[in-house]
Amino acid sequence: MNKLTNEKIMFNAFKVVAFTIVAIVLGLLLFIFARGVSVLSLDFLTSPPENGMMGGGISSPILGTLLIMCMTVVFAIPLGIGAAIFLSEYTDNVDPRITRMVRLAINNLAGVPSIVYGLLGLGLFVLFMNFGFSVLSASLTLSFLTLPVIIAASEEALRNVPRGYREASLALGATKWETVRNVVLPSALPGILTACILGLSRAAGETAPLLMTGAAYYLPRFSGNILRQFMALSTHIFYMATQSPNPDLTRPIQYGTITVLLIIVLSMNLVAVLVRSYYRRKLR
Amino acid sequence: MMRNMRYKKPVDPFEEMSFDGAEEKIEFDDFNLWYGDNHVLRDVDLEINASMITAFMGPSGCGKSSLLRSINRMNDLIPECRYEGEIEIDDVDINGPDVDVYELRKRVGMVFQRPNPFPTSIHDNVAYGPRIHGITKGRELDQVVERSLREAALWDEVSDRLGDSALSLSGGQQQRLCIARALAVEPEIILLDEPCSALDPIATTKIEALMRRLKEKYTVILVTHNLQQAARVSDMTAFMYLGRIVEFDRTREIFENPREELTENYITGKFG
Amino acid sequence: MKRGSERPIEGALFFSAIVSIIILGLIFIFLLREAIPTFFEISIIDFLFGREWFPASFKNPRFGALPLMMGSFLVVFFAVLIAVPLGLICAVYIAEIADPRLSEIMKPVIEILAGIPSVVYGFIALVLLSGAIQNAFNTTYRLNAFNGALILSIMILPTIISISEDAIVAVPRDYKEASLALGATRWETIRRVTLPSSKSGIAVAIMLGLGRAVGETMAVLMATGNSPLITLNPLSSVQTMTAVIAIEMGEVVFGSLHYHALFAIGLLLFIITFAINFVVDRLIHRGMGVRG
Repeated sequence: MNKLTNEKIMFNAFKVVAFTIVAIVLGLLLFIFARGVSVLSLDFLTSPPENGMMGGGISSPILGTLLIMCMTVVFAIPLGIGAAIFLSEYTDNVDPRITRMVRLAINNLAGVPSIVYGLLGLGLFVLFMNFGFSVLSASLTLSFLTLPVIIAASEEALRNVPRGYREASLALGATKWETVRNVVLPSALPGILTACILGLSRAAGETAPLLMTGAAYYLPRFSGNILRQFMALSTHIFYMATQSPNPDLTRPIQYGTITVLLIIVLSMNLVAVLVRSYYRRKLR
Repeated sequence: MMRNMRYKKPVDPFEEMSFDGAEEKIEFDDFNLWYGDNHVLRDVDLEINASMITAFMGPSGCGKSSLLRSINRMNDLIPECRYEGEIEIDDVDINGPDVDVYELRKRVGMVFQRPNPFPTSIHDNVAYGPRIHGITKGRELDQVVERSLREAALWDEVSDRLGDSALSLSGGQQQRLCIARALAVEPEIILLDEPCSALDPIATTKIEALMRRLKEKYTVILVTHNLQQAARVSDMTAFMYLGRIVEFDRTREIFENPREELTENYITGKFG
Repeated sequence: MKRGSERPIEGALFFSAIVSIIILGLIFIFLLREAIPTFFEISIIDFLFGREWFPASFKNPRFGALPLMMGSFLVVFFAVLIAVPLGLICAVYIAEIADPRLSEIMKPVIEILAGIPSVVYGFIALVLLSGAIQNAFNTTYRLNAFNGALILSIMILPTIISISEDAIVAVPRDYKEASLALGATRWETIRRVTLPSSKSGIAVAIMLGLGRAVGETMAVLMATGNSPLITLNPLSSVQTMTAVIAIEMGEVVFGSLHYHALFAIGLLLFIITFAINFVVDRLIHRGMGVRG
């Protein structure tokens, strides 16, 4: 067989495979969206579940997810960015063994399964520190989970800031922190922002850690009390699909919930990608 | 012994130059520098005077940039850096324990090889230094910005667009912006590390003219690998090789009457 | 005038960095703390090699981890088997074959797929995929290992694709141009030059995909039927280590043997993923050394 025909066949086969995979997954998503969008109404979004999960809306899961996300932001972002700044700018005067240990720890944490974080949350926050099943325990657990993601991506953003900026600032008599605060951080901000948004969207979609640290099966009244249990979109999908009295009947609610969760997560991803490409273009 | 004129200079400023009463500004005393095990500067003894342009020249790796960076202690930023000996500015050892390095860097300004303006506006670039050092009032900053841009011969070209991004300027303009930025903190000494190597000939000419004007007010030290530039612009030239000062004299002497064979070989292009 | 000591700020930044070491340490500590009591009542051998996981029995609750390890192994094995070839094909397509504009569109699409929550994939497997598989293969159990493997493979595809693609793109143009200049076709160049050169990066991609697959919880929980059976039949229901923890932890009495046994499974899981991470680390450093 002629070499070029051979190549053409292979390339086309590859093309088919690639497109098929993407098509299948996108198709599944569109299917879900189609089923879900028809359920979405203002009522659905603003009223709580009723009837022991057989009816009603998803206001409490939505609020629960948003509350958890906000608290995760508070814990994870300052620590994550701080660690990234340290790794990128301040490692000169530190024992390299410590720096290596920190990097090793972060790499390992990135690979730890989310359920192990759930176990840590259970053992440490729920039981040992006695926060109980609560928004607090869940948020702290999710912060731990999100930290490696934020640190890794933020550090990369900081490293991408040209060396010349730092040199110029220092040569003008600025201190290291003044340089970081006035020159490096603003320059790296889009990348750091992207990192935080992506980390958060991951947190929004997590289920297993929430199951183990405070998500409730049925808690229609959203209290906003961080020491109490809560409902969340991700766990709601799980409970409804597997543990509600009649999953088939409540299928529409499930589709609706998934659609809302997907809209939240995917739009965050989209914003992150847009921020990144906008600033990449701006710097050219 | 007579030697041929090897370089025809268009202007001969030496006629007007007076070296009497030139005050010593910077003194290197038996200064050695290591990057790790690399002995970069060896037994440097040098006196640099105010109100003139001193050039450090030599082949790649001779240590001229390292020597320059010792003056504003930018070498501190390199972790494996070690030194011995003294560097004094106005008779004060700049590496002494009581020295505020940030104040030092205010008094000793630096312009880099590749223009490195911050990714902000022209105005904010120049205002950065003064802001860091305590000037916060808008009007004061604006005055400083204008003064510095005028001194750097850039004001006429940018006065109507101070809010524009510094990155929208040409290479030569960016470098003059960097000079303005350095001037804004009112230094006494200005260090220029191959400032024209990334620029075209026209921009280079403008900067060389700027340097000649600046020397009236400042102590200017220039690192260059461009022999003609050193000959054109500087009053004193130090020729360096492998970390040592081989010869240091008035530029005219170095180029027309070098005492060392090494210097002569370098000038005639036999190496480097 | 020295402009203020920056020590407090540097201290805060240093602390932020140390937090990661602290968290890793906490994971170790708490897993050990809650898992070790298991071994006061069951021997490690009985735990690791016990063939039955049956905590619910009144008279004789059994806590053998073998069915769960097998469940994880079966699901992950098939998932990787499916995802690696498909992922590599996609990666090669995006990196070398497709029109660059098309690649620019496909890459963000793949990234977005990576951002879909696992519970959504679990739902897809539970509600949509399982029916299709049942019809196609006439399975006894609607929820089985293959169902889990299939959805898991879709989940790890983005990881394998994007990291492999990075590795392929990183191959220096010189190699490819040398091959083409000698008269090889693009396909031959890919096969003989590009792919072998990106071997270590692809290995990293596969290992990372593997790690993700082993640690996945929700999707397999909803897809595999949660029966801790020892079997190599992909069409049988199984239960993974991750799923058993998620499901049963909500029903245990804290401090009971069952509770501690679940933590022991968690410890086992942690050790396995730690080991995979270690291998990935080695691969990355070896790859960097060779290139440098």
